[in-house]
Amino acid sequence: MTDPVIVASGLGRRFGETVAVDQLELTVQAGEVFGFLGHNGAGKTTTIRMLNGILTPTNGSSRVLGLDPMADGPHLRTRTGVLTETPSLDERLTGRDNLAIYADLYRVPKDAVKARVDELLTGFDLYERADDKVGGYSKGMKQRLALARTLLHKPEMLFLDEPTAGLDPVAARQVHDMIVQSTRQQGHTVFLCTHNLVEAQRLCDRVGVMEHGKLVALGAPRDLARQLVTNLTVDFEVDAEAVPAALQELEGKGITTSVAQQTGTISVRGATHSAIPDFVNLLVGAGIRIYGVTPQEPTLEDVYFALHGEQPVQRNSAEVIQ
Amino acid sequence: MNWRAIQALMRKDLKVVLQNKGVVIPIVLLPLILFIVIPGLVLFIPSATSSANNNDLAQLMAMVTPGLRDQLVGLTPDQAGAVFFLVYMMAPLFLIVPLMVSNVIAADSFVGERERKTLEALLYTPTTDGELLVGKMLSALVPAIIVSWAGYVLYSVVADLASAQLMERALFPNPLWNVIALWVAPAAAGLGLTSMMLVSVRAKTFQDAYQTGSLVVLPIVLLLIGQIAGVLYFNIWLALGLGLVLWIIDAVLLFYGRQTFHRSELIARL
Ligand SMILES: Nc1ncnc2c1ncn2[C@@H]1O[C@H](COP(=O)(O)OP(=O)(O)OP(=O)(O)O)[C@@H](O)[C@H]1O
Ligand SMILES: [Mg+2]
Repeated sequence: MTDPVIVASGLGRRFGETVAVDQLELTVQAGEVFGFLGHNGAGKTTTIRMLNGILTPTNGSSRVLGLDPMADGPHLRTRTGVLTETPSLDERLTGRDNLAIYADLYRVPKDAVKARVDELLTGFDLYERADDKVGGYSKGMKQRLALARTLLHKPEMLFLDEPTAGLDPVAARQVHDMIVQSTRQQGHTVFLCTHNLVEAQRLCDRVGVMEHGKLVALGAPRDLARQLVTNLTVDFEVDAEAVPAALQELEGKGITTSVAQQTGTISVRGATHSAIPDFVNLLVGAGIRIYGVTPQEPTLEDVYFALHGEQPVQRNSAEVIQ
Repeated sequence: MNWRAIQALMRKDLKVVLQNKGVVIPIVLLPLILFIVIPGLVLFIPSATSSANNNDLAQLMAMVTPGLRDQLVGLTPDQAGAVFFLVYMMAPLFLIVPLMVSNVIAADSFVGERERKTLEALLYTPTTDGELLVGKMLSALVPAIIVSWAGYVLYSVVADLASAQLMERALFPNPLWNVIALWVAPAAAGLGLTSMMLVSVRAKTFQDAYQTGSLVVLPIVLLLIGQIAGVLYFNIWLALGLGLVLWIIDAVLLFYGRQTFHRSELIARL
């Protein structure tokens, strides 16, 4: 990790009364896969547009790859590749024409165009259909062609707006591999907008969560989960015969437990990460021997719902214990 | 200006445009009818039935302006009819070609692009706003001018052939039409384009834009009626003046069109 490649300061955009992006403060490091999450209409696409200098912000400023997107847009865009939300392909042209024309627009060296186009068509498994009109492609083929177009000029930085929406699992996997390869092997930076939380968790070094144009959470998926998720499940391994005693101890404090198995595992639900040591103390204090404590790692999905408060709020065990 | 990008934009626009039937009709059918079918019909049919008499000539002479009357003096009724029709009546009709061709291509390029949702990817390319605009303008202007000039050549041949028996010497090419083709037609193509740039700000679909845009032929129709009604006639001076007026209108419309052609506004209007 070296210099930040994206710095947004107070970046904002209004459309009439609608505040699409509000006072965005954000830094993304080179080589990072940064996940940008949020509900429909949260302001993700608008942010990508501003960071690439194709939409003027109403407030604040940004620098991308050291350039001011509004002043140096064309130069900046030779170094970024953007996969738009809709593939934005010319359906009346062939796959090959779509790529060849954009290769000229992206200033791919003239004598390299043909080889580069063929390479991408092959890489994205479109070679056989390259001379068919795009209008006849399946949704997944269109998405792959759009991705290929994004990579024509070997950009240092990729903005991918929901790259796997509508792809089958195999194709989605290819996209994931491509993202991993371009960051881990080539040091490129990826700014990934997605609604797919499993995808974000798997790929992203850090994520930012947008809500109504505001960034409401920012950090590594794991850290966010620890901070924000209050309904963690923690498994305690105790002696089988100690289970009733342990349950009594916990339930006496009003802590929600789930089925105590005969094997001697008790699951405590609705915990926070920071309350785990308190549970251990409580049980040890009651003379119960603990063989193992396994917090079930919360997922980004848990974070997402915690932020949007859309899951029934469970009792917070940490409060109960203190 | 990055000419490679501009060429790529033109290549893209033309490949796409030529697959739109709504565009191909004015580009191919209109010149075909205007430059081949009409002169053919009008000239071959009457000569076969041998027709015009002095009475017809007198009627024609009474109708047109004195300036035009001077041009027709000393011709036989058939000759006067041919000259009147082929040289003077067809002059304003000829201008419909550059006007419509650029208008309809611009409708597809400026509005159709948005309708097909292909504009966004284009805006993310390293092209400048100026290059995008020049690319789109040339996509409309170059074919309009080429079709017009090819049409002029074709029309000259057809009209000369059709009137060969009647006239002592070839009617085309002639200085009036040279001025119209070289000076007025490009300006008319410009009008078709620049008026569409303004229409494109509001129009949602290609069809909308095409319908509204084609209203620009109305001034041409007025010229045509004016000539029949004896209010004016197409001489070189009128052509030079008309060209000048059109170029000025083009410049003004282009100025306003350029104001609306910024990435940020284009994307916000998607
Ligand atoms: N050109 C525009 N004109 C008016 N409002 C707009 C425009 N573009 C975006 N908005 C509004 O700004 C807000 C943010 O939109 P944006 O497209 O950035 O959201 P998003 O996070 O990308 O959503 P999604 O997940 O649905 O793609 C929305 O309320 C949207 O309606
Ligand atoms: Mg979006």
